[in-house]
Parts: sequence; C-alpha cells; structure tokens
Amino acid sequence: MSVQRRPSIWRQLDAASRYAWPAACLVFGLFIIGLPLGLPGQAVLRPAYAMACVYFWSLYRPSSLPAPVVALTGLLLDLLGISPLGLWAVLLLVLQGATLASRRHLIPQFFLLNWLVFTAFAATASAAAWAAQSILTLSILPLFPLAAQLLAAAGLYPALAALFIRAHRGPAAAELA
Amino acid sequence: MIRLSVPFRQALARLTLPVMLMVSLGVVLIGRADQTLATSLRSGLDDLLAPAYAVIAGPVETLEHGGGAIGQLFNLEAQNEELRAENAKLMQWQSVALALEAQNNAMKAVLNYVPQPTPKFFTGDVVADLGGVYARSVLVAIPPGGNTNLVGAVAMDGRGVAGRVVEAGARSARVLLITDLNSRVPVGIGPSGAPALMAGTNGADPALLYWAPGQPPAEGAMVLTSAEGGAFPPGLPVGVVHYDAQNDPVVLPLADLDGLRLLRLFAYANNEPILTPVPASHATNRAAPLSKGLAH
Repeated sequence: MSVQRRPSIWRQLDAASRYAWPAACLVFGLFIIGLPLGLPGQAVLRPAYAMACVYFWSLYRPSSLPAPVVALTGLLLDLLGISPLGLWAVLLLVLQGATLASRRHLIPQFFLLNWLVFTAFAATASAAAWAAQSILTLSILPLFPLAAQLLAAAGLYPALAALFIRAHRGPAAAELA
Repeated sequence: MIRLSVPFRQALARLTLPVMLMVSLGVVLIGRADQTLATSLRSGLDDLLAPAYAVIAGPVETLEHGGGAIGQLFNLEAQNEELRAENAKLMQWQSVALALEAQNNAMKAVLNYVPQPTPKFFTGDVVADLGGVYARSVLVAIPPGGNTNLVGAVAMDGRGVAGRVVEAGARSARVLLITDLNSRVPVGIGPSGAPALMAGTNGADPALLYWAPGQPPAEGAMVLTSAEGGAFPPGLPVGVVHYDAQNDPVVLPLADLDGLRLLRLFAYANNEPILTPVPASHATNRAAPLSKGLAH
C-alpha cells in the first residue's frame, strides 16, 4: 500500500469535518436553543430547527445525515423538550423518508417550491405531533403552539438554507452529495 | 475496515431508515410501558447538560443585565444615588418589620401557635429554558452534595411561586412552571382565602377554576397557595387575579416566568405533592420519615 495515494491528514480532516458538519450543526443548534435567552416561544423553535435541518440535508447531502443520527436527534428533542419518548424520532425519520423519496423531483426545482414542500412536510409532522400528544395525554392540546411552530418552521427554513447552501458548496462537498 | 460488495452496501443503506423507524417505534412503546425510563434518561441528560449550560449561560446573563457589565459603568453615579435613597427607605421599613415581627411573636405566644418547620432550600441558577411545545419547564443547576430529594420541591423566584420540581438529579433539577398545561395549584384568593384551583394553560397567565359560584374572585385580589391536598405549604404568594378579554378570571403570576434567572427550591419534609408522579424509589424514601414522625 503506497502512502502517496492516500490523501494527507489535513485533507482527511477537512473531508471528515465537512462530513460531520450537518449532524454536529443540528445537535449543537438544539442545545443553543435551550439557552435562557428569554425569547417568546423559544421552545417552538427547537422542533422547527430540527425539521428544517433534516429536510435540507436529506435533500442535498443525505450521506451526511444518516438515519441513526436522525433517530438520535429525535430522541434528544424528546428529552430536551417534554414530549413522549421516541415521538420526534419517528416523525423526523418519516420526514427524512419522505424527503428522500421525493428527492429526485425536488432537487431540480426552484427554491420557492422546495420551501413550499418543506412547509407542507413540517405542517404534517407538527400536526402529527400535536395529534399524538393529544391522544397520549387524553386531552385536546392548545392549537396556538402548533401554529407558532409551523410559522417558525416556514420562517426559519430560508434563513437556514441560505447558511447551509454556503457550507454545502465547499470544495470537498462534491464527493459527498 | 470491512470491505462490502457494492450491492450489499446499497441494500444496507436502503435498509437503515426502515430499521431505525422500527427501532424508534419500539422506543415509543417502551417509553409508554415504562414511564420511569424517560424520567431517568431525562434527568441523566439534564445532569450532563446543566454544568455545560451554566458555563455558557454565565456570559449571556452578564450581557443581558442592563446592557451588560460595561454599560453599567456609565450610570454608576446615578445608580448609587438611587440605591442610597432606596436603602434609606428600606431601613425605615426594616424597623417597621422588626416591630411587627416582635408583635407577631408575642401574639403567637399567646395563641400557643405551633410554628411550621423551616424548609431546606437550595438556590440555583436557571441555566436552560427546556420547555417543549406543549410543556413549560426550566433547568436549574444545583450545587452538588445536597442529598435531599428535591422532587416535589416548591420553586420560587424573588417574588412568587414559579413552579415545582418534577425531576431531580445530582446536579440539576427540572422545574415544571405554573403555566404548564399539567400544573394544578390549589390556591386561596383574597384575604378570606377563598379556595380555587389554578390551572396552567400553556399561555402566560394560568386560569382560575373551581372557585365558589356565589363568590367570584375579585379583580386585583391576591392569590396565595393553599395547603389543600397537602401539595403546597399555605400562604406562598402566587399572583394577582385579573379578568381576561373573555371575562374569565386568570392569575397574573408574580414570578417573572419569562425571565427566570435564580430560583430557590424549598424542599418541605413530608409535604411533597401527592399529585406529582413520584418514582417508586423516591416513594419509599418519603415513607420512612413519615412513619418515624408517627412513632413519636
């Protein structure tokens, strides 16, 4: 085995960091949203952020956000916020599955359409979370946080996408797509 | 690294998502079957996160307080003047309070009043705002070493009741706020202490339920905790009655629930809430001092 053919350590580190960026960004973001910043409806941002990240990376770089990472993120979301254990793991995985299934059709489309599709996916997932928690607690939960979560998701996505597209267009990203 | 053939690897990649989905569904079922699992996982995670959050939250708090540490330097003079004036006023009030305390003690002595035991308390920084979409809770970092079981402790900020501890680890405690949907606090309204129940609505102001029909709570009346049900000690300040736009009575909490920074957790011995789901291990701990108390 020749040493020359292997990429240098820095090249490997670079590729590894680019590979790990989406997952690290997702998990770290969830912790940051937990800081007591005193924003109104801060808790609503957490699932919205997770959904936006899972959708974006599943669309543009699915190999960087494998299903086990998504499942663990969902569990983390359930533990940080107080939702039934495993609920968001299931929802995020379903979101990822739906995104991967429609990936071929979505990638060539305009950003606006992707945004609309994300909003529809997020609405479905949020409504499912609301329904599941309502059933599990045997009460009708308030609808206002659901609407707030949906608005947060729809509003957050373009901002996050603008950031992530820059990261995605890095030189080492091509082979990961 | 193990070399796998390309079709096998592709099949494996295609299978991960369904397999993880099945695993997650399994976790949901396990979580439903064993409610303590989520609680123990959550308090374990909280214990891990609390010190990390405390490190990050420190500088954030410094920045937030009145425009930051540097911003404070510019109005030191004015602040000092203000504080001096306030101090003078408070000194007067202190003498009044001392006189009243002496009078109160004398009256208690006449009445053969049995004083309530002073609760153990811990002061902790609120390091994270870990509410869910349908839940309101904060994470409090507590100094390690206190081996009191804090589950069920009453959390108060400087002004009033903020919530109750629902999960506690060695270094952290999760406080369910009074605005949470699952929060129910028995309260007394006004000087007569008319009984009612304060129920969280996930909104800013908890609702008042089950007040006596002939005696609607008066706007502006003080709401204090009541000992009904043994969940809370009596007489802790909670808030003020207010009628909302729908003409339903709500409680405006005294505690600054959106900007909690410091909480005191009062662990009342033998006075832990029955309404809190207490894990089996805690329940046995709780039973011991009670039986001892009965033996005396």
